[in-house]
Amino acid sequence: MLNYIIRRLVFLIPVLLGVTLIAFSLMHLIPGDPARSMLGEKATEEQLEALREELGLNDPLAVQYGRYLGQVVTGDLGKSVKSDISVAEELANRLPATFELTLFAMGVAIFVGVLAGVIAAVKQYSWFDNISMTGALFGVSMPIFWLGLMMIWLFSVKLGWLPPSGRLSHEIELTTITNLYLLDSILTWNWEAFWDSFKHLLMPGLALGTIPMAIIARMTRSSMLEVMRQDYIRTANAKGLSRFPVIFQHALKNAFLPVLTVIGLQFGYLLGGAVLTETIFSWPGVGRYVYLSILGRDYPVVQSTILVIAAIFVIVNLITDILYKYFDPRISYD
Amino acid sequence: MSAEINPTGHPKAGTTKVKASSLWLDSLSRLLRSKTSVIGLFIILTLVVTAIFAPYFATHDPIEQDLLNRYAAPSSEHWLGTDGLGRDIYSRIVYGTRISIQIGVIAVGISMVVGVLLGIIAGYFGRWIDNVIMRIIDILMAFPSILLAIALVAVLGPSLTNAMIAVGIVGVPHFARIVRSTVLSIKETEYIEAARASGVRNGEILFRHILPNSMAPIIVQATLSIGTAILDAAGLSFLGLGAQPPKPEWGAMLSDAQEALQTAPWAITFPGLAILIVVLGFNLFGDGLRDALDPRLKQ
Amino acid sequence: MKKQYLWSLFSAMLLVLIIIAGCGGSDDASTDDSGDDTDTSQADNSDNSEGSDDSGEKKTLVFGRGADAVSLDPSKVTDGESIYVTNQVYDTLVRYAEDSTDVVEALAVDWDVSEDGTVWTFQLREGVKFHDGTDFTAEDVVYNFERWATSDEFIYYGYMFGASEDDPAGIIEKVEATGEYEVQFTLEAPNAPFLQTLAMPPFGIASPEAIEEYGEDYGKNPVGTGPFKFVEWARDDRIVLEKNPDYFGQVASIDEVIFRVIPDNSARFMELQSGTIDIMNGMNPQDLTTAENDSELQVIRRPSMNVSYMAMNTSKEGPMSDKRVRQAINLAIDKDKLLTLYEGIGKPAKNPMPPSLWGYNDDIEDYGYDPEEAKRLLAEAGYGDGFTVELYTMSNPRPYMPQPKLMAEAIKQMLAEVGVEVKIVMNDWDTHLAKTENGEHDMAFLGWTGDNGDPDNFLYVLLDKDNAKVGSAGNIAFYKNDELHDLLVNAQTEMEQEKRTEYYLRAQEIIHEDAPWVPIAHTTPPLGVAKHVKNYVPHPTGSEPFNNIELE
Repeated sequence: MLNYIIRRLVFLIPVLLGVTLIAFSLMHLIPGDPARSMLGEKATEEQLEALREELGLNDPLAVQYGRYLGQVVTGDLGKSVKSDISVAEELANRLPATFELTLFAMGVAIFVGVLAGVIAAVKQYSWFDNISMTGALFGVSMPIFWLGLMMIWLFSVKLGWLPPSGRLSHEIELTTITNLYLLDSILTWNWEAFWDSFKHLLMPGLALGTIPMAIIARMTRSSMLEVMRQDYIRTANAKGLSRFPVIFQHALKNAFLPVLTVIGLQFGYLLGGAVLTETIFSWPGVGRYVYLSILGRDYPVVQSTILVIAAIFVIVNLITDILYKYFDPRISYD
Repeated sequence: MSAEINPTGHPKAGTTKVKASSLWLDSLSRLLRSKTSVIGLFIILTLVVTAIFAPYFATHDPIEQDLLNRYAAPSSEHWLGTDGLGRDIYSRIVYGTRISIQIGVIAVGISMVVGVLLGIIAGYFGRWIDNVIMRIIDILMAFPSILLAIALVAVLGPSLTNAMIAVGIVGVPHFARIVRSTVLSIKETEYIEAARASGVRNGEILFRHILPNSMAPIIVQATLSIGTAILDAAGLSFLGLGAQPPKPEWGAMLSDAQEALQTAPWAITFPGLAILIVVLGFNLFGDGLRDALDPRLKQ
Repeated sequence: MKKQYLWSLFSAMLLVLIIIAGCGGSDDASTDDSGDDTDTSQADNSDNSEGSDDSGEKKTLVFGRGADAVSLDPSKVTDGESIYVTNQVYDTLVRYAEDSTDVVEALAVDWDVSEDGTVWTFQLREGVKFHDGTDFTAEDVVYNFERWATSDEFIYYGYMFGASEDDPAGIIEKVEATGEYEVQFTLEAPNAPFLQTLAMPPFGIASPEAIEEYGEDYGKNPVGTGPFKFVEWARDDRIVLEKNPDYFGQVASIDEVIFRVIPDNSARFMELQSGTIDIMNGMNPQDLTTAENDSELQVIRRPSMNVSYMAMNTSKEGPMSDKRVRQAINLAIDKDKLLTLYEGIGKPAKNPMPPSLWGYNDDIEDYGYDPEEAKRLLAEAGYGDGFTVELYTMSNPRPYMPQPKLMAEAIKQMLAEVGVEVKIVMNDWDTHLAKTENGEHDMAFLGWTGDNGDPDNFLYVLLDKDNAKVGSAGNIAFYKNDELHDLLVNAQTEMEQEKRTEYYLRAQEIIHEDAPWVPIAHTTPPLGVAKHVKNYVPHPTGSEPFNNIELE
């Protein structure tokens, strides 16, 4: 097992290297100039040139890439061209914001998705099965940016129940520890902040969780159905064991394996894929930040943030695979 | 961002050519017996018919402006209201079907051609070729897909064509992986080994034998990908990185109307519904196809 | 049997509901549990933003805007969002009057200029202290100007005073302290807009001690003499300022200002409606009526000192190099109809500078809408069968053009009627700037917000041949006219305003005749303001100190 993990970790290096190369090349292929983006339309040619020189943009691309890699290896993610602040510092608040959104979305997606999937499988062809699976089909087909807008229209404009943007109302005080506001407010026993940040989290979280929820529900249902057809479940049933423990102990445990893979993949997608949700709900997260940095030609920010997101993605997948092995000892990794 | 089909969706290895045609017929009849896939098919057909006969369905010119009649509410004149330039939203949605089909077919076409080629080569030749291709695929998978698409469009310049290319590239890994695993399982069958032993050339084995036998999962993945592609392209247009004005692309229509969320909600509601229904159609049909082509999953 | 599962589902739902309700119940329970950890990211403002009359409570003004500041060292930035904040923290030697670009006293109380226009002497205010407690003297002014003259990272300094890498000081030959409270500037040549320029917020005087102390990080720890002191900055979220009780001018009646970042215009408007912010900029034109009908809100329009235009690339081979074609395009655009897209926040433009500036030529008659004449001119120029051009536009709204995409589409339709086929090329702002500076366009949208209220800041910057360099053009029409150039350069060194006015009037005639642009509009960008905010007077230059604002 340990061998396997180490082998996989080593394997990550070329993948992440490739990610930096693609990010680097794409950024440098985009027309436009970070110096101009930073200094604005009123800067003179001399000022632009000086900044380009300072940023090393006049060196050959290979040199720039080499220098960037050298930096990253030592753990230095570089500095934002725009704000002159280290990328690590820029991410310190944004990554937790996205993380919180993603965790919430995945939490809801897993809870509702697995529950609905299991019930739908157990009661195949029932009204619940029909309705939840139709719902799931709508879910996977949902343009979430549209869903987000409609939610804002209903819950913020028409009903005025939920705030349309941000993470926390400005008049609420919160001591931040992890920068995951929900967690922080629990840790500091601050229920006002908890309720407030929960209200802020609800709409973007549900919008972002819609697609994974639907996918998980469908996956759970189909793998449950498959497992339940297998002999040992039938045997268990035949032996007159109550269906409830059978389903939850045997069937779900086995059916959970493919679901686990889906969860791992979806988690990764959400981390980097929250651009639209974050844009619509003005969520100060990392997806929107990279998107704006691409438009602003902030090379170091884009390169390093994509690297970080990709690293989280591959590590989450690695963990998924390890869990997979844990749940299913039949799989051998050697 | 992306739905990958169940990798078990490939036909049983060892299917021989003789049986193939009858299997396809079986599948077709299974497909038509499923209520959901018929609904999906119906939506898709409606979409295609609307696109072809758009001028007959539309009540107005989709780009004809009426600046004095901006954000008008739905009425008998403008069934779904008007947008920020006084254009008829219903007619724009009708013409938008053409763009959706274009996106679906072209973007998925790109994913499919590139993905299938890579998958077949990797699966069939194995060894270092497989290794190199799959590492590239891994890298593409690790790259957050929407950010990849955004960056690609930023490089190529925002336009519908470039958005389709970007969405197409983002979809390549799914095809490559599915095809590769299918090829791996077919490659080892006696039938292919016999062909190889009797000196049939690689190219012929690949394209006369392996490819046709991998068609089922490719078709299923393609159908399901069309929905995803339309969603992704609409998302890019929503960010202003896709269709250029005045094209009646649904995502762009949404993004234009965002400013009128409070005053003219209809301008947002209907284009979004159109996206939802069309994507739903492809997903329903794709589901049905998968069930039909892989009886193992069906009751 | 079946019921069991329904029950488990039901109880799960119930659990969720209880949790939610539980949190709701504690809504009004404990309010202040934040502890005394110093690592708080939130400001110390537990009372609400409405600002109550109770003197015991803190009066907080929350200003919502679309983007965060870049740096709070105003000399290094060009974005309006940074300047908004620094305008509260710093003072300049002289400043603009509350509602015009007339120059009034600030850190300097008196000034005079030598006969030849090259030596300026300023008497400084005594007894002023920086926020860090150090005294403000003439040496501090010298320190700031010398700092700006040493490097080209100080954008506005370079741009306003003509500095370059070889000549980082630009037209300012030297700055000396000629007394503890007297400072003297010697210029290389007379510069008419000099005093006007000194009033620009980028030339706010910073505490030399703080600059030394913070070094690289000074932009995150601004120290000036202004009506508000810097408290904290949470990136992309908020900047908090508190009032400076020792301010030499009007001491603010509000205790605290919070600048909040809410990127989406509609979302920001909803926050204003729900009362969580007090003032917002960047309103969607669509939301104007809603705001005006809201009994809690008012719409205040910022006086116009900008222009939006469609530049035609005169240096490109083809139709755009022909004056008649450019005039025809002017004639083919129905400006009144086009302006409906501004939803009443813009007035049609006929000149490249706004009418609020002195030197504006009101005798010029705009081309007007005459498609027949346009067709005739096109035919005369040999383009009777029409032609195809590319119109470059930015995708994001700008203060001078709230809906560029719709504008492009509307112009496309208007020009189609005279046989000109327009292809729209829409890019994000940065790409748009890069491409238009390189002259890739046939036609392009752009606009300009004045910096110092001097016509030179419009006409020379946007239309002189000096600024038509490919790669860094301010003149993206690449319009070159020697007669105009002579007029504009003379107007720069001429100190007498009457003569300068004459030059500028003539300049606008030439520009009108040659038609390098279709001038589109001058806007009065609307600000959404809660009714309880009083005495808020937006300034034409784009930002203003908040010390006169009162909260009811």
